[in-house]
Amino acid sequence: MTAQTADPAAAEGFWLTRHYNRLTLKQRRTLMGYIFIAPFILGFLLWWLGPAAVAGYLTFHKWNFLSAPKFVGMANFSKMVGDPILAQSLKVTFVFSVISVPLGLVFAFFLANLINAKFRFIAIFRTIYFLPSIVPAVANAILWAWLFNTEFGLINYVIRAFGGPKIGWLQDPTWVMLAFVILTIWGVGGSMIIFLAGLQGIPQIFYEAAEIDGAGRWQRLLYVTLPMMSPIIFFNLVIGFISSFQVFVSALLITNGGPQRATLFLVLHIWRTAFSSQKMGYAAALSWLLFAILMLLSFFVFRYIGSRVYYENPDE
Amino acid sequence: MGFSEKPADYVESRRRPTSYGDIFFHWLTVFLLVFFAVVMITPFIWLLSSSLKTQINIFQYPPQLIPDPIVPENYVYALTYKPFGLYFRNTLIVAGLNVVAVVFSSSFCAYGFARMRFPGRDFWFGIVMATLFLPYAVLLVPSFIVFSRLGWIDTFLPLVVPPFFGGGAFNIFLMRQFFRTIPEEIADAARIDGCSEFGVYWRIMLPLSKPALITIGIFTFLFAWNDLIGPITYLRSPDNFTIAVGLASFRSQTDISWDLQLAASTAVTLPVIVLFFLAQRYFIQGVVMTGLKG
Repeated sequence: MTAQTADPAAAEGFWLTRHYNRLTLKQRRTLMGYIFIAPFILGFLLWWLGPAAVAGYLTFHKWNFLSAPKFVGMANFSKMVGDPILAQSLKVTFVFSVISVPLGLVFAFFLANLINAKFRFIAIFRTIYFLPSIVPAVANAILWAWLFNTEFGLINYVIRAFGGPKIGWLQDPTWVMLAFVILTIWGVGGSMIIFLAGLQGIPQIFYEAAEIDGAGRWQRLLYVTLPMMSPIIFFNLVIGFISSFQVFVSALLITNGGPQRATLFLVLHIWRTAFSSQKMGYAAALSWLLFAILMLLSFFVFRYIGSRVYYENPDE
Repeated sequence: MGFSEKPADYVESRRRPTSYGDIFFHWLTVFLLVFFAVVMITPFIWLLSSSLKTQINIFQYPPQLIPDPIVPENYVYALTYKPFGLYFRNTLIVAGLNVVAVVFSSSFCAYGFARMRFPGRDFWFGIVMATLFLPYAVLLVPSFIVFSRLGWIDTFLPLVVPPFFGGGAFNIFLMRQFFRTIPEEIADAARIDGCSEFGVYWRIMLPLSKPALITIGIFTFLFAWNDLIGPITYLRSPDNFTIAVGLASFRSQTDISWDLQLAASTAVTLPVIVLFFLAQRYFIQGVVMTGLKG
């Protein structure tokens, strides 16, 4: 008796079952594996590669959504080179990224060290520090627009109470950048918690050993905490850079890109090019630009900073 | 792991601060803790206080901390000025479908990545990780064109259909990490008893992964509740608006009525904060899982 007739029900059953039963064990495993990851593969083709192909096509066209796309060759790219608004929006995005990411990282790390202290009511402090990061983006934008209000905002009130000047936070192109950095830093709770978990994962024995060797507080931070935390610092750095390139809600709702385009972040610029000016071809080209910038940035971050990260168990 | 839990290395008998340096450092920490707590919480207090002020009191200098009179009617007025009930319903539909999609789809794919061995698996997982680092914003314009070709503009479809396909790289990654902590022997035992791979996934892995599933469910819900860029791009008619779009359009129409804007903002923030206090453990777990197991 052969294996195929051993289970007559299967052999005579539905054609799919018959085919399945003829497969070797390895083939079956492969088939099952692909069935499990099929939703992702389909989604990747439909919602990533498909749109990417559309963007690739439109990049060489001019299209306002109403008439048929018109082939324009490299015109969308040459337009980028001499586009002062794009230059401004790139400048805004880069300046914001370069200021807010390191500051946010340092502040989150600092707060994590504070709430890692051993006090009775420390849980309350952890909650308070974390809460800002879960405020819905739109509500957050409205709240900060009100806090930064020149005449009646709380921030100017405090500054003036200490004898400072009345600052046009949202009217002055220089100050508005600082305003955006401040509101971003207020919401560092997420990276703070990741840092806290990292700090708690450092074996206490390392600190004791360092202390016996005569290391002071500063040296323990420098030679135990920082090296042990480097993978987590790196993770937060990468996440921070990526999110700093995606500022949209606050730029749209607090300042609408102003004053004098001082908060025209790249994503807002792309969004407006597509949906306010109806320049779909140019917007597609700008999306490719954003993609290229993020890829380049990730490459440099991984190449030059990632290589300095210390992993205790490199295999994990 | 929650906030109330003591750190792993907490030792009751840890020596008390003795030297002057230790005592100084102890009080410096206390001071900084309190100082930053005040800094972090003041915006919330200011939000709540302003949302309860009259039009006249809100434009008063110096500002009142405790409003006099307190005007809770602001909330009624703000939430009926626009059909927030309808927006709430829309948001629940979008968020609910997203949660279902993400919980099942991402765990299904993650099972394949975590527990099956087949050629091409690592290649596809590499693609999952690559999409993890590519933000939503890059694909916004091209996706819009695809969805408009499908005739999906001004429906919930662009917001609820894609999550059914894998549920997002991030969630696949999290679920895969979680599945790998579950002993393979449990699954083997089930297989010996005649359980199929689908059965192992459905009857063994899913029930054992409840904490991770709840975590990604909560984060998906929050994302849908907070998301503006998706709904504002795809939804056109006010009847389809979600809470975030409703609040944003509320702001553009009531530019001066800060009292109402702030009341509406408080009302939109409150459910999130309540959710946080109800499910604190899962929040922290979710944030920590993202950072540590990478």
